[in-house]
Amino acid sequence: MSNIVSVLFDGVVYSSWLFLMAAGLTLIYGVMKILNIAHGSLYALGAYVAATIAGAWLAAGHAAIGSYAMLAVAALLVGAVMGPLLERGLLRWMYGKDEVVLLLVTYAAFLVLEDAIKLVWGVESMLLPEPYALPGNFQIGTLAYPVYNLILIAVAVAVGLVLAAALYRTRQGKLLLAVIHDREMSAAMGINVDRVYLVTFTVGSMLAGLGGALTAPTIAVSPGIGVEVIVLSFAVVVVGGLGSLGGAALGALMVGIVRSAAVRYWPEAELFTIYFVMALVLIARPRGLFSAPEARKI
Amino acid sequence: MIRWFIALSVSILCALAAATASAQQAVKLGIVTFLSGPAAGPFGVPARNGFELVAEMLNGGRVPAPYAARGFGGNPIELVMIDEAGGPQKQVAEFRNLAQRVDLVIGYISSGDCLAIAPVAEELKKLTVLFDCGTPRIFEDAAYRYVFRTGPHATMDNTAAALYVLERHPNLKSIAGINQNYAWGQDSWVDFEAAMKTLKPGIEVKTSQMTKLFAGQFGAEISTLLSSGADVIHSSFWGGDLEGLVLQGAPRGLFQKHIVVLSAGEPAINRLGNKIPDGTIIGARGPFGPFAPDTEFNRWFRNAFQERYGVPPNYASYKAVNALLGVKSAYEKAQKAGAANPNQDQIMAAFENLAFEGVGGAVKMSLGRGHQAVMDNAIGTAKTVGGELRIVDLKRYPADRVNPPEGAKSEAWIKSGFKK
Repeated sequence: MSNIVSVLFDGVVYSSWLFLMAAGLTLIYGVMKILNIAHGSLYALGAYVAATIAGAWLAAGHAAIGSYAMLAVAALLVGAVMGPLLERGLLRWMYGKDEVVLLLVTYAAFLVLEDAIKLVWGVESMLLPEPYALPGNFQIGTLAYPVYNLILIAVAVAVGLVLAAALYRTRQGKLLLAVIHDREMSAAMGINVDRVYLVTFTVGSMLAGLGGALTAPTIAVSPGIGVEVIVLSFAVVVVGGLGSLGGAALGALMVGIVRSAAVRYWPEAELFTIYFVMALVLIARPRGLFSAPEARKI
Repeated sequence: MIRWFIALSVSILCALAAATASAQQAVKLGIVTFLSGPAAGPFGVPARNGFELVAEMLNGGRVPAPYAARGFGGNPIELVMIDEAGGPQKQVAEFRNLAQRVDLVIGYISSGDCLAIAPVAEELKKLTVLFDCGTPRIFEDAAYRYVFRTGPHATMDNTAAALYVLERHPNLKSIAGINQNYAWGQDSWVDFEAAMKTLKPGIEVKTSQMTKLFAGQFGAEISTLLSSGADVIHSSFWGGDLEGLVLQGAPRGLFQKHIVVLSAGEPAINRLGNKIPDGTIIGARGPFGPFAPDTEFNRWFRNAFQERYGVPPNYASYKAVNALLGVKSAYEKAQKAGAANPNQDQIMAAFENLAFEGVGGAVKMSLGRGHQAVMDNAIGTAKTVGGELRIVDLKRYPADRVNPPEGAKSEAWIKSGFKK
């Protein structure tokens, strides 16, 4: 019994991590119709900035508990700086072009940012283990788990709830939904679409930064960490349906739990399972689980 | 008369200058190592630093005996550095270009790159010295004339680890593995599993986790290993994956509840220090870093490296320097045989079955028809003393104890019970 609980828990932890990444990716796609490959670099930037400022905080002898605030600051910084920089400086010049062109532009941004990270932080990995070990462990059966995993789950749930509430319960959210449904009609009705794009991209970038910042204490922050993440997030978003927040949550949960079960009971198939889930979903629902039918414009 | 004297003097001076230029013709070495990507930090850059430091010291005649002669036999050496990142296909294209610009190539950390480059080196007839990659398949599955490898292959990492574990824990009953899912991780696990089964018949394999390279997150894998009840956990992880496994596994008791063997763990010593839990068994892929014998030559290298770069050299740095010293030894051996500026064939003839002194001890090119090096190996245990990580209970294994004999394939040799 405890085996099944631990498989589910491992799956939910992995899903939470995936969701933080996928939520930003799907939000940006839903509003702007951009599959943002640079999301992986923003995740990496979040991890590097977190390791730098939280590391400096701890090195200065401040209270270790404050390092969690530094993780949040890192996410905010990445979103507030990189979001407007990429959206205003690069993407706004490409609006109206084919989706493939935008995909290539964000891929180019991804490559540039990967090299910029190497220029700034070098090729040595950075470590920030303190926030991971600080809250201690709890037990599931005979297995010890870091309390930090519970923090990760709580943040992912909170992000999901706040995003859903902001989208469906606020005036700004409804304006954003209107832009998702029909950009031209929304602009004709007086919605400032450019501003909606800027805010959406900034929030999406902040979520990528948050994913990286929360992951930094559990890994060696090193060049290339954004590559794996963008591939997995893309799989999750496709499973859930491009542009659907609920779909990203369900997709992350499915992928996380299936992967965790494979690691425990069929490790040889672990690499294959994520894409097997994706293939099964796409056979049954070619546009993903929660993708809304697209209005046909005449 | 004066005119004749001046003309004669100028002619003699020109002839002398030409002779000097000819005697001091630079030997161009193409160096291929990771300068970007995830392998740059743990291996590529420490290797580059080793190449650059010792090349500069060789040119300045500042390397101790038996390498005191400047450059290669009096000729200066010049390095042409190439990034190994990008995968085998890109490396083959880079190699074809590089081969035209240099006298010989030294390089390659990735086993995948080595497997791809070796046949191309043969096709282009370009002397190529592999310095770090671990797969034993290079010379076990093929024979090469133009390819040499001055670093020992990975079989000895895992046979020595198995011997070390069983000497200290003879009653253990089960093993498990967590390795990266590509040539290096798979070969390492196959060798370790086979060695353990040969040395301790009946030993049970609880689980073998093969993770995607640079996956970074190992929560589910650590849970599986903790639940497995295995006595020993083997990992050939390196770089960020290795550091991530230690950071995620240590707080959960992975290293306290199991005997953990990190067969390529040495580069993490400088990075993680006392975060590596006591009792972790560590290998260095040879007698390198803190596993190197305490000789004057080794102390010279460690001090020079530490002074220049502010960190001690790791095994990649050692293997880089050994490649330079191996080529220098072959070059100067060919000179002693009568060639003032030996050509490629003369260097290769001198290289085959060469024995030379490396920074971690004696290197013998005794496998792969004289093209593959063997060295002694050393394994130790991590212990934090006064806040600093030390390697204790260090055991050295002679090269012929942990390497297959000439002509034998590693896996078959292990399964035969290490028969000579």
